Amino acid sequence: MPSLNDYLVLSAILFSIGTAGVFVRRNLITILLSIEIMLNAVNLTFVAFGRQFGTVDGQIIAFFVMTVAAAEAAVGLAIVIALFRHKESLNPDSFATLKW
Amino acid sequence: MIPFYVFASLAVVASLLVIAQRNPIYSVLLLIASFGALSGLYVLLDGYFIAVVQIIIYAGAIMVLFLFVVMLLNAPHEDTDYDERTHPLRRRGAMRFGAVLAVALAVELVWALGRSSGSSSFARAPAPTVAAIGRSLFNEYSFSFEVTSILILVAMVGAVVLARRDSPASGGAAKDR
Repeated sequence: MPSLNDYLVLSAILFSIGTAGVFVRRNLITILLSIEIMLNAVNLTFVAFGRQFGTVDGQIIAFFVMTVAAAEAAVGLAIVIALFRHKESLNPDSFATLKW
Repeated sequence: MIPFYVFASLAVVASLLVIAQRNPIYSVLLLIASFGALSGLYVLLDGYFIAVVQIIIYAGAIMVLFLFVVMLLNAPHEDTDYDERTHPLRRRGAMRFGAVLAVALAVELVWALGRSSGSSSFARAPAPTVAAIGRSLFNEYSFSFEVTSILILVAMVGAVVLARRDSPASGGAAKDR
């Protein structure tokens, strides 16, 4: 049987992959996908801890995280569409008008 | 033990390929594979409810939304000269601080998990049933549940407003660019 630690290590690996994606990619859509990877890594932690303690709270928190992820994806993609209409580009460095 | 490693390696490999792809369509499809593997892990953790929700909401709704947007925008690949020039790994000095922080985060996570001595298997507590989840969701967490509905409403209205095209009648503020 895999232990709680195995699940936590897997979650840490997935979270690091998501973080690396946010820093390495130059495409707004891929950056949003990397954020989804990070949210899922956290979900896995919640469910694993919920299993460890035998409560339903882990799964319920994961459920709320999913609804927040859905809202974030809807608003984020709407912003991406608006930005793409503006500059015909998805590179985050194209949107540096506010940069000092 | 074997299913855990199968699903875990599938999730890690698919996630790595997501951030290695240059074509966003492949990224989205690989992320769906990764979510499927995570759903299998939830089943191994006796989280049947969350496994099904993962497939229906994440793979079924959110990823289809991403796929729609990628196809709608006909998103350009990131291989132009401009993309190469502005790539974060090609910057110098203080501009690489973010990458250093990301490496520090990964090292710290591995270090923290290495120090914990958890080789114990899961407690043989009875796995929570879907009925127990529903009871808890609508009793203890009913306020959070209702607040979530407001969050979804705000996100829906916000998405419609943000993605709306300016009509010609409402002035040409956006046409100046």
